[in-house]
Amino acid sequence: MIETYFPNVDWAKMWDATVETLYMTSVSTIFTFIIGLALGILLFLTGPGHIWANKIVNLLTGSIVNIFRSIPFIILIILLIPFTKFLIGTIRGPEAAMPALIIGAAPFYARMVLIALQEIDKGVLEAARSMGAKTSTIIFKVLLPESMPALISGITVTAIALVGYTAMAGIIGAGGLGTLAFLDGFQRSREDVTLVSTILILIVVFILQFAGDFAVKKLDKR
Amino acid sequence: MIQLSNVNKRFGTSSTAITAVDGVNLTIEEGKIYGIIGYSGAGKSTLIRLLNGLEQPTDGSVEVNGRKISSIGGKELRQARQKISMIFQHFNLLWSRTVKENITFPLEIAGVKKAERERKAMELIELVGLTGRENAYPSQLSGGQKQRVGIARALANDPEVLLCDEATSALDPETTDAILDLLTSINERLGLTIVLITHEMHVIRKICHEVAVMEAGRVVETGDVLRLFQSPKEPITKRFVSQVTEPEDAKKVMSLMRQDYPDGTLVKLAFVGERTEQPVLASLIREFPVDVSILQGNISQTRGGAYGTMILQITGEPEATANAIQYLHEQGVQTEVFEK
Repeated sequence: MIETYFPNVDWAKMWDATVETLYMTSVSTIFTFIIGLALGILLFLTGPGHIWANKIVNLLTGSIVNIFRSIPFIILIILLIPFTKFLIGTIRGPEAAMPALIIGAAPFYARMVLIALQEIDKGVLEAARSMGAKTSTIIFKVLLPESMPALISGITVTAIALVGYTAMAGIIGAGGLGTLAFLDGFQRSREDVTLVSTILILIVVFILQFAGDFAVKKLDKR
Repeated sequence: MIQLSNVNKRFGTSSTAITAVDGVNLTIEEGKIYGIIGYSGAGKSTLIRLLNGLEQPTDGSVEVNGRKISSIGGKELRQARQKISMIFQHFNLLWSRTVKENITFPLEIAGVKKAERERKAMELIELVGLTGRENAYPSQLSGGQKQRVGIARALANDPEVLLCDEATSALDPETTDAILDLLTSINERLGLTIVLITHEMHVIRKICHEVAVMEAGRVVETGDVLRLFQSPKEPITKRFVSQVTEPEDAKKVMSLMRQDYPDGTLVKLAFVGERTEQPVLASLIREFPVDVSILQGNISQTRGGAYGTMILQITGEPEATANAIQYLHEQGVQTEVFEK
């Protein structure tokens, strides 16, 4: 039956492509999480009235975040070709897609981190300071745990955006379900390949959303 | 214990600067419960934050327990803060931590070992009356319980001073009284110096030994709470004292009584300390040919003794009335005659 409805689908290839998509998404999500968190915390702490209040650093970080967040992803990949070539040695394959994925998504996530941190009750930060907490204690024991649900829902949204980005990167040969849908499906007029790739991407997105929502619900004790 | 000398605090640049604290000198003795009262915007929140270095003075010096808070910083200030703890109007608990974990937080900051943290937390949970709730999250607690967690958290590092920033202002009257009782017992059992700021005279009356009245950044009057109740000097102090001694309706009752008995003389009496226990009124009625109606009476218990006020309508011959008032004077009762 499967043969009749999807005559052109090579299931082994489809599986490999799914694994590639998952690989690109997960590795870039991890890096995006770390870099975005660091940038977001820096933006927050250098903001006016905070522990590291510093106009210049804040403005500079804020500008970098805004610029990279504003460049359309497909253009960012092209702009980053020399950088990727230098870093990875090639511009094809899943690894080559990662610098662009991370540089595109980390600033996006940094903004969400900043919003999450700004939601924390100022009084709690004051209380921690009044107890004699160091900055590192404030970051790891107050800022992060108190904003965790928002940080998790932010990374869920970002990871889903990254799935979309990997598909876009696929068009210029990064591999994964995007490449399959575009090169094998669209360009060779095999609609069934495009359809199955799309369904698999949707499944990945739904699983991510479900996992994210579940984690937020578990963590939120408010 | 706590010494503020010529402390000023200005916010903003010179052209638009706001002076929050203006030339304040204050001495707070060890083991006392010291109240600072003022309306919002009087500068009391800034003043209390100068005591743990959350704000640094523009000039002047702040000394707490031998440490000059106004000139230390970094690690030294952080260590000093472990001994000057604070509780807040909105409790400021970490929602992500349970009751017990909130209480162990300052101990983690101080680098106390885990077993010791646990032991101390359980001891404090018992002290503040939250046994059985140690694994609850703040969102599952009532306002009064949250403030109890706040107090337990503040006591974790055995502080020398406890700062209370409007600690009862978000609570209902009954819970306020329970929290004030807890603070009093902590003060008595641990000999802890407590500095509290409030806009409610009730709080001052109930637990403070001494009080400072603040207005527009300045401390306008200080002294023993009972003394302040007897003879408030500044108009603002009189307003605060009347918060607890003269309920609003007394004025209405008085004008009504005046309509009913136009010839009576209205007198306000103030009794202090031992005077409240002596039958001054009974002897007044026996010795003078006058009739006395009590329009309103009230006794306030302060830490230093009782303070009572009573509004009387005295009717009789003018001479007898004058003699009766003279008698009250001689008995050491403060009187104030209301004009008709």
